[in-house]
Amino acid sequence: MSVRSNGAARERALTGNLMKRAALWRDADARARRLARGRTDDAGDATRMADDYRLLAHDLARVRTLLPESRAREYLEAAYARAHATLHHGAWRAGSALLTLFRDELPGVVAALMPYIVWSTAIFVLTVAAGYALVHRYPELIALFASPDLIASVEHGRLWTAGLLNVVPSSVLSVQILANNIVVSLIAYCAGFFFGLGTLYILGLNGLMLGAVFAFVSRHALAGQLAAFIVPHGCVELSVMCLSGAAGAAVGEALVRPGHATRIESFRVAALSSGKLLAACAVLLVGAGLIEGFVSPDPRFPLWSRILIGVGYWALMLALLSGRLLPRPHAR
Amino acid sequence: MSPGAPDLTVDSVTGIDVSLAVAGPGARSYAFLIDWHIRLILAFAWYACGALLFNGRLSLAVPATPSGRWFVLVLLPAAAIYFLYHYVLELAMRGRTPGKRVAGVHIVTRDGGAPGAGALLTRNVFRLVDCLPICYGVGLVAVAVTREHLRIGDMAAGTLLVYERTAAAAPAEFVSHGKLDATGMEIVQELLARWEALEPEARAGLARRVLSRYAPGEAGEAGDGAGAAGDGEALRRRLARLVGA
Repeated sequence: MSVRSNGAARERALTGNLMKRAALWRDADARARRLARGRTDDAGDATRMADDYRLLAHDLARVRTLLPESRAREYLEAAYARAHATLHHGAWRAGSALLTLFRDELPGVVAALMPYIVWSTAIFVLTVAAGYALVHRYPELIALFASPDLIASVEHGRLWTAGLLNVVPSSVLSVQILANNIVVSLIAYCAGFFFGLGTLYILGLNGLMLGAVFAFVSRHALAGQLAAFIVPHGCVELSVMCLSGAAGAAVGEALVRPGHATRIESFRVAALSSGKLLAACAVLLVGAGLIEGFVSPDPRFPLWSRILIGVGYWALMLALLSGRLLPRPHAR
Repeated sequence: MSPGAPDLTVDSVTGIDVSLAVAGPGARSYAFLIDWHIRLILAFAWYACGALLFNGRLSLAVPATPSGRWFVLVLLPAAAIYFLYHYVLELAMRGRTPGKRVAGVHIVTRDGGAPGAGALLTRNVFRLVDCLPICYGVGLVAVAVTREHLRIGDMAAGTLLVYERTAAAAPAEFVSHGKLDATGMEIVQELLARWEALEPEARAGLARRVLSRYAPGEAGEAGDGAGAAGDGEALRRRLARLVGA
């Protein structure tokens, strides 16, 4: 009896002492909140944070035993989780998160996806060649790939892009094009979720269409004009198509051949890694869309300037993907 | 918080793990519906204001020959608000949106931290799969059948939706008053916090039981007229005095 009452008294004393530390918990939580929001650069705050973390961990462990169903436990669980996140992940700013993505993570992702980029480019080039060969040999098949308006325009000796700016303003055209391209790019990536088959279909279909249209216009001696139209924006736009295809193929392969990991784990690793490439693709397609709206259909741009813009933008893309555009600061 | 919801347990160097309750389909849907209404209203408001200014009369109709200015100033921003809402806000608000805030949930990585830009973008890109065939069918099925209630976007980005732990108010510092121990103080504080929400008879009864246990003298002083407003107020004051509030 006396042992039991001693135990209860001891527990009451422990609980009482623990609850006397509530002011310390509040201070620790307030400090964690300030640091998490980046609202303090006080070195003292940062140093005390480590002590706070230990204090909260210690008291939480005791509260979990002594007061398992209490408000104090609920409060400490929240404060401890916040302190943990602040200490291990630091303050979070959208700008620095984007910079980290483009400067620090992107080059590694591109390097890791290089085999997929090579393969998807090869598939795209092959399907372009197949589309070209098909329509070159059987011209009537162009009806499978192009709209009746496009066919009629080319048969009358005019590219459908001629006089485009008389119909649609450049700004509208740019936004329509870049929105469409970004959506196609995202779909090519997400379609990798269907075991890579969706990506393969989108990549193949776009390649076939490009090859078929080129074969068709070349039969009407308009290939040079079409190439001049495509060069400024196409170098990057077609490259991005291959990059999105590579990202989708990586996702597809992770699902088809997960290796030692589970299928979901393998999918998560591949999607998270290759998804970062999509952010770069979207940014690049915005530029390509603006060029396609303002430069490509404008007859005032001579061929040399078109080539310069196309190749220059493509070089910029390579610099971004390889990490040369945004070099990492040297570690001191 | 749904009782059956699993916890995300994150190991820590102190040996005391961090525990975060994973949000289920209900909280997810609630957050999404709030966000959907917000973006729809904002996008429509932009379009409506733009159209009224552009048309110069009470008409929301698209002009017969829409110009580039109409497209860039009226249509494009409205579409951007609607389609980029999740991308931009989750990035700017550390994995939160207004809807998620109201629902009391936020996005975290598997180690309990805020997800990076790549993870947030990947999570949102996969909405294209989650929304198939209609009304987020794939996403809802995935959330319902996975143990951690993950949609495809979460699986791809390695993220989870967890409840914010903001419900508990900071506990007051414990100062011993007679028979009142820390557990008793918790009970008194809980009762005071819920005082207004409780029925007068119920709270008076609870207050008397608490006072008779921790301050027997105080319970007697409160009087016997249960249900009287003045009596209730006297009980509340005595409880507050007990915890030094």
